[in-house]
Amino acid sequence: MLRLCVEALFVIVTFVLQSTLFQAISLASIAPNAIIMLVSVYGFIRGKKSGMFIGFFSGLLVDIFYGDIIGFYALLYMVVGYLNGFFHARYYKEEIFLPMGLVIGSDILYGIMVYVLRFALRNRSSFVYNFVHVIIPETIYTLVITIILYRVILVINRKVEEIEKRSASKFD
Amino acid sequence: MKRRSKITIPAKYYLTGLSALCVVLMLVSYATDVIDTPLNKITGYVITPVQNGVNYIGMLLSDRVDNLANLKEVMNENESLQAKVAELTEDNNMLMQEKYELDNLRELYNLDQLYPTYSKVAARVVSKDTSNYFCTFTIDKGSNDGIAVDMNVIADGGLVGIVTSVGPSYSTVMSIIDDSSNVSAMVLSTSDICYIRGDLQLMNDGLLHLEKLNKDVEVENGAKIVTSHVSSKYLQGILIGYVTEITTDSNNLTKSGYISPVVDFEHLQNVLVITELKQTQDNKE
Repeated sequence: MLRLCVEALFVIVTFVLQSTLFQAISLASIAPNAIIMLVSVYGFIRGKKSGMFIGFFSGLLVDIFYGDIIGFYALLYMVVGYLNGFFHARYYKEEIFLPMGLVIGSDILYGIMVYVLRFALRNRSSFVYNFVHVIIPETIYTLVITIILYRVILVINRKVEEIEKRSASKFD
Repeated sequence: MKRRSKITIPAKYYLTGLSALCVVLMLVSYATDVIDTPLNKITGYVITPVQNGVNYIGMLLSDRVDNLANLKEVMNENESLQAKVAELTEDNNMLMQEKYELDNLRELYNLDQLYPTYSKVAARVVSKDTSNYFCTFTIDKGSNDGIAVDMNVIADGGLVGIVTSVGPSYSTVMSIIDDSSNVSAMVLSTSDICYIRGDLQLMNDGLLHLEKLNKDVEVENGAKIVTSHVSSKYLQGILIGYVTEITTDSNNLTKSGYISPVVDFEHLQNVLVITELKQTQDNKE
C-alpha cells in the first residue's frame, strides 16, 4: 500500500515538475526529460513489472494532457520501463554507470521512436536535424538531472523497502 | 517471504495485456472522445491545481530575482521612457483625430462588422508540453469559464493558437508554431490566401513557413499576414506575423517563404481566449 502511494506520488510529481519547472529551466528551448529518467531508473532498481507500470501511468498522463490520442505515450514509456527492467539483475546500489547508460539509451530510443512515429510518418523534418538538435541535447540534459536525482530516488526507495521489511517481519 | 507464496504472473503477460490495452485506447480515442472527457475531468481536478501551485511559487521566486537584477536597468529606462511619453502623447492626439475620422468612414461603409470587438477571457499559461518536439501548453481556464474547443487564442495583439481540448478548470492550446499546426491565412493588403505552417526546425529560429501563395501576388518583406476569411476555425483578421522572406517555388506556380510571428512564444505567460467561435456552414444549424 505504502509502495503504491509512493509510486503514484513519483509519477504525479515527475509529471508536474516536467511540465512546469523543467520547461522553465530549458536551455535553447530544450528541456530535460524527467519522465524518461524516472521510468528508466525505476525499471532498473525495481524490475520489469514496476518499470512497466510506472511507464504506463506516466505515459497516460502525458497522453491525457498533451497527446493527440490516448495510449501512444503510455505504450512508449511502458516499453521503455520494461526494457530497463532486464538490467535489474545487475542492480546494486553503488552502481552508478549502468543506470546513467540506461538513461542515455532510453532517451535516445524514446527520441527515435517519437521521431519515426510522429515526424517521419508525416514526412516532416530530417532525421539528422532531429538527432543533432533535439535528441542529443535532450539526452545530455536529462543525464545531468539524472546524476542529481538518481540518489534521491534510491534513498526514497530504500526507505520504503525498510518500512516494508519491518511490517512484514511483524506478521511472521 | 511466506506471504509471497501466491502465484505471481510473469511480467511479460502484463506487458502483453497493457500493450493491447494501449492499442485499444488509441483506436477508441482516435475514433471517438468517449475516454478523453472523463479522464480530462479527473486529471483536471488532481494535476492542474498542483501545476498552478508550482507555477505560483516559481513565479514568485523568479520575480524576486528579476526585481533585483532589473532595478538599475529600469531606472535608466524610465528616464528615456518619460521623454518618449511626451513624444507619444503628441502623436496620440493626432492619431485620435484620425481615428475618429476612420470610425466615421467605417460606419459609412458599414465595415465595423468585419472587425468586431470579440469578447475575451484572460488566462495564464500554467504548463507546457513535456516533450521537446511539440509546442502545446495548458492554460488555467476551462469549460467553467466558457472556453470550448476551437476557440482562438491571442496575445500581444497576435495569434497564439487554438484550443484543442478542454477540461473543467484547464484547457490545452496548440500554438501556431507547433509542427502539426496549419493555419489558413491571407496577405492583409491584397487578401490573397496562403497557408502558415509550423515547423520543428524553424521553431528555434522563431519563424513560420508561408506556403501556397499565388506567384502573381506581389509581397514585400514586412507585409502583414492575418487569418483568412476562408478558414473554418480561425476568426478573420487576427494578425499572425510579418513576411521576412519570400521566393517563387520551383513549380513556378506558387510562392513560399517565412514569416516571423508577432507573439513571443518563448516568454508567453498570459493569453487571451476569444470566447466566440467562427460561424460556418457546418455549425450554423
